[in-house]
Amino acid sequence: MTSEIRSRHFNPWEEVQRYQSDHIDAGKYGATASFIGSMRDFNEGDAVKTMTLEHYPGMTENYLDKICTEARQRWDIIDCLIIHRVGEVRPDDPIVVTVVWSAHRAAAFDACRYLMEELKSRAPFWKKESLASGERWVEKNSPG
Amino acid sequence: MTISVKFFASLREQVGHGDASVDASDDLTVQQVWSDSCSITMPANTLCAVNMEYVDRFHPVNDGDEVAFFPPVTGG
Repeated sequence: MTSEIRSRHFNPWEEVQRYQSDHIDAGKYGATASFIGSMRDFNEGDAVKTMTLEHYPGMTENYLDKICTEARQRWDIIDCLIIHRVGEVRPDDPIVVTVVWSAHRAAAFDACRYLMEELKSRAPFWKKESLASGERWVEKNSPG
Repeated sequence: MTISVKFFASLREQVGHGDASVDASDDLTVQQVWSDSCSITMPANTLCAVNMEYVDRFHPVNDGDEVAFFPPVTGG
């Protein structure tokens, strides 16, 4: 069970592969569910050039760990991984990856969705968009 | 005998500073820490944390606590 904050670009596909080969016992899992969130180049009808992600160091890590622990308590899963970017991101850059390994697909799907939804509503991250007309804070998340 | 105060994101820009400290006193609440550390009214959607755990604005604050104020979170 691992959660990480990254201040530099990361490749989610390589991270999943590396984590799986380092931490998940071969033959024990039958399902891997992952979600990758990336930066769009549009929001609220405007073109977005870049985005800067800020967080509350310490509390963010606490809440990501807490969310992983809750997922393990609620579902029969083997392991989970969360990686989240901070700093400046550009369109197409990955922002977050959540991954769950389990014996069967239902737990992996449900726990992966839980990690993502709880992260979006509880982990203290904030986004500031850079537009042609200036900068603005993202005030709320999309409903889903 | 102080309380450490932090403001994040748009709230930091509205308040005008990211960090502050206030003197500890008896029966201190999160709301009072806000009033002692900035000059604007707390926006209705402000989230509050004490020692990195979410609390409401009536939560008690003790000497040495870290109190944080921030807008709705938008990660992911």
